[in-house]
Amino acid sequence: MAKMGSINGLREKSYDIAKLREIGIIFPLFLFGLIIALRNPYFISWENLRYIFLDASILTIVAIGEMMVILTGGIDLSVGSNLALTGMTVSMIYRDFHNFPVILAPLIGILIGGVCGAINGLFVAKGKVIPIIATLSTMYIFRGIVYIISGGRWVNAHEMPEGYKLLTRVEILGIPILVIYALIVFLFFYYLLNYKAIGRSIYAVGNNPQSAIYIGINKVKVLFLVYLISGILAGLSGVLYTSRFASAESSAAIGFELSAISAVVIGGVKTTGGSGKIGGVVLGALLLTMIVNGLNVMKISPFYKLALQGLMFLIAVIVDSLIAERYYKGRRRRV
Amino acid sequence: MILGGVFIIMEDYILEVRNIYKSFTGAKPVLEGVNFNLKKGEIHALLGENGAGKSTLIKIISGVLQPDHGDILLKGKKVYFGNPMDAQKHGIAAVFQELALFPELSVAENIFIGHYKYRTLFRSIDWKDLYKEANSFLNSLGIEIDPKALVKDLSIAERQIVEIARVLSINPEILIMDEPTSSLTLEETQRLFNIVRSLKEKGTSIIFISHRLEEVFAIADRVTVLRDGQYIGTKNVAETSVDELIQMMVGRKLEDMYPKVETKKGELLLKVDGLTRNGEFYDVSFELFEGEVLGIAGLVGSGRTEVAQTIFGIRSKDKGKIYIRGEEVNIKNPKDAISLGIVYVPEDRHQHGLLLPMDIVCNTTLPILESLANRGIIDRKEEEILTKKYFELLDIRASGIRQKVMSLSGGNQQKVVLAKWLATKPKILILDEPTRGIDVGAKVAIYQLINKLAQEGYGIILISSEMPEIIGMSDRIIIMHEGRIVGTISRREATQEKILSMALGRKVYTKS
Repeated sequence: MAKMGSINGLREKSYDIAKLREIGIIFPLFLFGLIIALRNPYFISWENLRYIFLDASILTIVAIGEMMVILTGGIDLSVGSNLALTGMTVSMIYRDFHNFPVILAPLIGILIGGVCGAINGLFVAKGKVIPIIATLSTMYIFRGIVYIISGGRWVNAHEMPEGYKLLTRVEILGIPILVIYALIVFLFFYYLLNYKAIGRSIYAVGNNPQSAIYIGINKVKVLFLVYLISGILAGLSGVLYTSRFASAESSAAIGFELSAISAVVIGGVKTTGGSGKIGGVVLGALLLTMIVNGLNVMKISPFYKLALQGLMFLIAVIVDSLIAERYYKGRRRRV
Repeated sequence: MILGGVFIIMEDYILEVRNIYKSFTGAKPVLEGVNFNLKKGEIHALLGENGAGKSTLIKIISGVLQPDHGDILLKGKKVYFGNPMDAQKHGIAAVFQELALFPELSVAENIFIGHYKYRTLFRSIDWKDLYKEANSFLNSLGIEIDPKALVKDLSIAERQIVEIARVLSINPEILIMDEPTSSLTLEETQRLFNIVRSLKEKGTSIIFISHRLEEVFAIADRVTVLRDGQYIGTKNVAETSVDELIQMMVGRKLEDMYPKVETKKGELLLKVDGLTRNGEFYDVSFELFEGEVLGIAGLVGSGRTEVAQTIFGIRSKDKGKIYIRGEEVNIKNPKDAISLGIVYVPEDRHQHGLLLPMDIVCNTTLPILESLANRGIIDRKEEEILTKKYFELLDIRASGIRQKVMSLSGGNQQKVVLAKWLATKPKILILDEPTRGIDVGAKVAIYQLINKLAQEGYGIILISSEMPEIIGMSDRIIIMHEGRIVGTISRREATQEKILSMALGRKVYTKS
């Protein structure tokens, strides 16, 4: 007779697979690392590794914001444009007002990015516009504004105050501050997602929006919040990005939203929402950055970059569905 | 008058619903002046066919929907619930039919989400504490489910239990359950009833919705019947009968729930010999004749569905032979089976049976589209003529054959599934729980249809968990237990006790 506790045997297995998904990123991480290093040992030089971590830091910050949105079953295509818009605006402010305190730059970035995110949030949460349509529109609108306000001109390195450039060039105890920024963002959102009711609400809305309402979760508020967070982190990244590359250009970070989404998906977050871990997203961002860097190091044409990124995205999705299928097959046998 | 009574004994009622009206955009009102009252510490069953308005009524009581007009009184005071949280704050919680769980989250979290208990700084969640709390809570209900398991890994029955546990953890004064037993086994239902009874002793008032009249008699104190959105009456369970309740629900006297008609047994249609699928069922042999209804009884998990699906080619067999009209056949997939005149109507009509957003015509002609096409273009007229034929044969209640299937009632959806399969002109029909989740009136319509088909010479295999149904409708019944046939009995010898004891495997034990 079917007993209520009959899943005892299965339980272990389901945990294994849940863990496996995160570990499953570490494996290709080392495999690719090894392959690239064998072809060019420079790849594992301290200088290059540092470079990878710096690159991965900005991607991680944006991807964490993107993850929040994808957890609710949505998508934010506007993060790249948001990043460019914020970066351009803040750079122009510091170009024109050299004496503006540099410490305020990240805050201004958060503010502008937050406004952009809030616009998405209003469309999706209040206006009930499908996320892909809402953020596709704002992706073009934000990018358009970048061209309008900059008149197509760059803000060049020599126009930026030294302090602004230092924002991402300082090291604390030998650790680049950019990595520390990413670490802080990671820890903050790790805590939020796993230990705060609002974080669990994000998962709940992604799992079953109707039930979320039944148990008293304010779905509109949660949806608004995730787009706001995504905007804030993209905005913050805009400042870090322009500071790091010491220039702001109108076409900066085009396609960056795809990198962010790839990192999230490779990191094991379900595109349908409700499932995924923030640690996986960090690893996903790292893997993606490493491979792009590896292509450069191996002197493979950058033209391959986009196609390869798409391929990785596809592999991640296929691997996920294969794991799910095998898992359920195994389950049926046992029952 | 009912109203007079209400005034005199008003003090007794913890909840009163007066003269509720509710309609959805433009359509006929779903509720028209419904009254309902609930005493403290009673179990009150709410009965009615699908579409009678039960679910709408409890959604209003639990704050999911708001009435157009009418009042809700809680302990004599008028209340208004704008959302489910309002109702919850007033001590009203509901287990809905469509389970409100989060599949990717753990059992513990599903139970406590929305009302986490914080004992730490910054109001953060203490997972160790959460799992411990969930474990002791589940144990107190006598439920053995690992609180760390993800809900998506649980069976449907286990999920239903978790859902019930979730609502109980709120500790409501008024507990509403919409068909909580629909996917539970007998044992689990019994356990749930024990929980419900102990809640009642503690003074909780319970509104209980079920399609199974036996359950109403087993557990309820009073019963209120709705029909077509109207209040029909309230009875003390001790003073009413199955017949009376059915009559109230259906609005007409049902001579017999199971209008079995004797049919002439014709030629041998199907013979299954030693069919085996390792791990699922072993050595299954039986015969099916023209005009015969062969019942397969057994508990959920006894291998009934697996046997049926193997005959239909959804699963592959490991051993054994299948003969149709004496000829051995090799069925590799459902397409083979259909071309041999076998159809299988699955239990879960939403998942396997229907394209919900499409209309009745599209659904009916789906399996035979090729034969309706002229040089690759579908003959729409032919399609409609054919659909109309089955529409009338099955007496589908809809505004027309172009109505979207999604907006039909459960019983009529099931008829569309049947229409679809009958359009393939089969000889052997395998019906897997054909009346699950549909109301009494629609059930009787399905039974009449089974009779009609048997009279026309179809051979029918009926798989069902409902004992009265299988005894009432079958000519012969085979009983399965843990993947093996443990007995065959004829309609005349069949009793619920006999079948149940075999299905529970008692016969096997005495033999060994």
